[in-house]
Amino acid sequence: EERREMPPTGQEGRECPLRGVRGGCGSGRQGYDLLVIGGGSGGLACAKEAAQLGKKVAVVDYVEPSPRGTRWGLGGTCVNVGCIPKKLMHQAALLGDMIRDAPHYGWEVPPLVPHDWKKMAEAVQNHVKSLNWGHRVQLQDRKVKYFNIKASFVNEHMVCGVTKDGKETLLSAEHIVIATGGRPRYPTHIEGALEYGITSDDIFWLKESPGKTPPLADVALECAGFLTGLGLDATVMVRSIPLRGFDQQMSSLVTEYMASHGTRFLRGCTPSRVGRLPDGQLQVIWEDLASGKKDVGTFDTVLWAIGRVPETRSLHLENAGVNTHPNSQKILVDAGEATSVPHIYAIGDVAEGRPELTPPAVMAGKLLARRLCGQSSDLMDYDNVPTTVFTPLEYGCVGLSEEEAVARHGEEHVEVYHAYYKPLEFTVAERDASQCYIKMVCLREPPQLVLGLHFLGPNAGEVTQGFALGIKCGASYAQVMRTLGIHPTCAEEVAKLRITKRSG
Amino acid sequence: MAQPPPPSSPPRAQTSPGPAKVGAVPNRRLGSVRGVPMSSPPGRRARLSSPGTGRSSSETREELRRRLLGLIEGNRVMIFSKSYCPHSTRVKELFSSLGVECHILELDQVDDGASVQEVLSEITNQRTVPNIFVNKVHVGGCEQTFQAHQSGVLEKLLQGDSAYDYDLIVIGGGSGGLACAQEAAVLGKKVMVLDFVVPSPQGTSWGLGGTCVNVGCIPKKLMHQAALLGQALIDSRKFGWEYNQQVKHNWETMTEAIQNHIGSLNWGYRLSLREKAVAYVNSYGEFVEHHKIKATNRKGQETCYTAAKFVIATGERPRYLGIQGDKEYCITSDDLFSLPYCPGKTLVVGASYVALECAGFLAGLGLDVTVMVRSILLRGFDQEMAEKVGSYMEQHGVKFLRKFVPIQQLEKGSPGKLRVVAESTEGPGAVEGVYNTVLLAIGRDSCTRKIGLEKIGVKINEKSGKIPVNDVEQTNVPYVYAIGDILEGKLELTPVAIQAGKLLARRLFGGRLEKCDYVNVPTTVFTPLEYGCCGLSEEKAIEVHTKENLEVYHTLFWPLEWTVAGRDNNTCYAKIICNKFDNERVVGFHILGPNAGEVTQGFAAAMKCGLTKQLLDDTIGIHPTCGEVWKEKTFLKLTSVDVV
Repeated sequence: EERREMPPTGQEGRECPLRGVRGGCGSGRQGYDLLVIGGGSGGLACAKEAAQLGKKVAVVDYVEPSPRGTRWGLGGTCVNVGCIPKKLMHQAALLGDMIRDAPHYGWEVPPLVPHDWKKMAEAVQNHVKSLNWGHRVQLQDRKVKYFNIKASFVNEHMVCGVTKDGKETLLSAEHIVIATGGRPRYPTHIEGALEYGITSDDIFWLKESPGKTPPLADVALECAGFLTGLGLDATVMVRSIPLRGFDQQMSSLVTEYMASHGTRFLRGCTPSRVGRLPDGQLQVIWEDLASGKKDVGTFDTVLWAIGRVPETRSLHLENAGVNTHPNSQKILVDAGEATSVPHIYAIGDVAEGRPELTPPAVMAGKLLARRLCGQSSDLMDYDNVPTTVFTPLEYGCVGLSEEEAVARHGEEHVEVYHAYYKPLEFTVAERDASQCYIKMVCLREPPQLVLGLHFLGPNAGEVTQGFALGIKCGASYAQVMRTLGIHPTCAEEVAKLRITKRSG
Repeated sequence: MAQPPPPSSPPRAQTSPGPAKVGAVPNRRLGSVRGVPMSSPPGRRARLSSPGTGRSSSETREELRRRLLGLIEGNRVMIFSKSYCPHSTRVKELFSSLGVECHILELDQVDDGASVQEVLSEITNQRTVPNIFVNKVHVGGCEQTFQAHQSGVLEKLLQGDSAYDYDLIVIGGGSGGLACAQEAAVLGKKVMVLDFVVPSPQGTSWGLGGTCVNVGCIPKKLMHQAALLGQALIDSRKFGWEYNQQVKHNWETMTEAIQNHIGSLNWGYRLSLREKAVAYVNSYGEFVEHHKIKATNRKGQETCYTAAKFVIATGERPRYLGIQGDKEYCITSDDLFSLPYCPGKTLVVGASYVALECAGFLAGLGLDVTVMVRSILLRGFDQEMAEKVGSYMEQHGVKFLRKFVPIQQLEKGSPGKLRVVAESTEGPGAVEGVYNTVLLAIGRDSCTRKIGLEKIGVKINEKSGKIPVNDVEQTNVPYVYAIGDILEGKLELTPVAIQAGKLLARRLFGGRLEKCDYVNVPTTVFTPLEYGCCGLSEEKAIEVHTKENLEVYHTLFWPLEWTVAGRDNNTCYAKIICNKFDNERVVGFHILGPNAGEVTQGFAAAMKCGLTKQLLDDTIGIHPTCGEVWKEKTFLKLTSVDVV
């Protein structure tokens, strides 16, 4: 639906589908200097940067509807079914907390304030649609050709695109960037999973409240968090550990906070069957992995959040000779983002070993474009990428987790400074701050280089960003301690970390 | 910053070191530290001096300092002297007559005598010789030593640590004073804190903890939070939360909750002092003679205490206009946070951050607020940012009366109403208004004029009342130190006072050398739209680095949370100021937006680590946050825009 807002700009490609075939190959004159497959954050950033530097650029983007039929506009996961709607719904949940805080601060709010999912969803979706439109305009402004087609490789310089109506278009280019991202994984081995379950591709676009929901891992926690915050009954079913790859002490504090705020956790459980009851509710049967006992429960919505699969299967990468990782199916890349075929590149979530985050994809895309245009030789630095999990109590981190630091440097060479703290705003609001916690992982040897920072508390993203810069500048523990605090903030607690874990 | 001027009549000994003389060193042990002059081989001489330069580099200077402190700590009587100085001779004779063995360093007989003298003056704030220490306590010069001898203090000092009741007395139980006292106590010293809150003209007083806790940062941030929650309530409807009725605010509920929290903090401070065995006396302190202070309690009972060292941390109190009726009818920030009734229609006089913060949250709570400004907003802060802070407030209902000063008396009208008559600063034109409350926030005065500083000769800036100190927070009277808001030319911020207090205690009693670093201190103004900054304002940067050497990058941004809430998209703003000729090092950081304080803190840490524009470009953002604003496409050079 959101596709029809602007007349197609790719007329040339549609009318002369074969023009590029022979002429384009090798010479690239009748094709494009750069073809980007995938209109997400990374792909668009790369395309716009290259166009600005004078290249002839095309972007092809196509959203395969989710099994539930959800589809969306230009901008990829982040804008449509990721960061943006998630943070907005998280904000809606935070506002719910604030409504509950307000009476402590003298505001005479009615005791029970209901939440209207439909109204929120509409507001969020309207914002997302305005962003879709913005991306279209930006491409047009920069003279980037946009094709709403599903692409697959014909050979190493040519891509065939198919429109919704089955019309084919051939495009050729000197350089091709694959930035197709990933989509949520369905546990197809579970009966009823595909038929009755939804994923993060759908949740933000639901017209009606999902009701009682079990989201089945980081996306899971964020979704369960805002659903609980919006007053819904949410249960999280986890097979092993939540927030795999993150610092495990932090992740257990995250779940502890959620559990104490109404999210239910079923740990060590795995669902075996989903079915619909006559009243329309969903019945989920699961197994407790430790005891082998089966259990059953009814829910309004089942949300799968068990990981993502890269969008590489329909690309026919074999036609171009692009290699993928045998297990992850992600595209293998070198430090310059090049695949096994030197003029074909992959950035973002589809590339093997890259963080699945928007800002690194954007930066990698821009840097790649600059290298392709001979503007610079700077490679993307994937170390110390800061990130934040927008769970009800936000978790921001940059650098190494404690486990990773110990693994790399040995326990005797790592010093961990930590503190529990109470945000000033929590005091009057009589909120529980038992999980507000900070730790800084440092090398033990002076000047105690900072390896990682982990912050759990309100506005964790805002707090973490500046410290990420500090770590980029090679901050030492001593330097952070010499930084004076801003009083009264939560962030100042980072500059006051004096207690080491070693000291007990 | 106050490096005290050299004494008006320096003794002869101050001249540059002459050649070594035989027989001038009466102490045999000297050789262990820096030699018996005649017998010391040239190679050993070099240990204290830095060859060639004549000026010690910072490293050898630190080493020298450590060595001198070692001498002071390691000897019962340590005299820094010059062999030809008659005053030095008198002192040596005095100790000799007392039968006390002294350790003497003749500055004219060592190569680096001049450096020693410089470092000594840093440590003691005394440039002249002789410079005498007894049992680690700095006694002073010749005259002070003889005085001490006459008063019996010298005797006590020689006997050991019992010369004074306390090792340290801190005057003022605010953030800085308490931090200093506790740190000294942790280091094993006998410490006392004197704290007494003189009630405001409206009769408001409070407990232990000083301005920040009672009438500053803490209640202010909490009232700011209350106002933000009001905004959140408005936003929440756009995010699907449903309630129809107009939400009213109850001042009493808020104030009670905040005062309860403050009460718990006061109690916490008391407890913490007790745990660390710091003596806390709720009395007003006033110097009566050297090393002696008189403490007067609420009932008027007086007790005197003596101490080897003193730290003045009395802070500041709000200034009044000095017009008829001001103390009678107006309130200040001292009164606002515990005001038992809602202030109603309020006139805020002043444009300091206190004025704007108070006006901001009062308006946010739904009150009718007017700010009367004589000249500029937020003096000392970046003026572009200050204007943006003001215009956001103006758009959100705060009225500004620019360029008016209240000149006529404030008259009491019908009950609970005040009539204010003000005159324009630009020619004729008066304005008259009726308000329920007039809040004065025109500045603060140091509490330094009524604590007997003149009795012991501690200099203050007569105009400002502030105390000049050197880079180790020492006043012109060597055993008296000062920290916090009363310092001349330093920042009036809680974390600065705390840091200065802690480091001071560690230097005085812990053998540490680290000084408080007053550079690149971050701060945040909690106006409705928060303003965080670190480093130089644009004006100051131009003054320091000149305009040609600077590159300013800036952008407007629209926080994601504001989009759905339908709030302004051209309001939040960020800029950084870089020094082009120093690798584009960031010298100033400014951000106007939600959670500015939380955002600024990490950037301040990064600036401590030498943040450059390049590093800013190379660092990946966190999506979607305000902190990632530096990644915006629109983050453009300002100077180039200016030129075009």
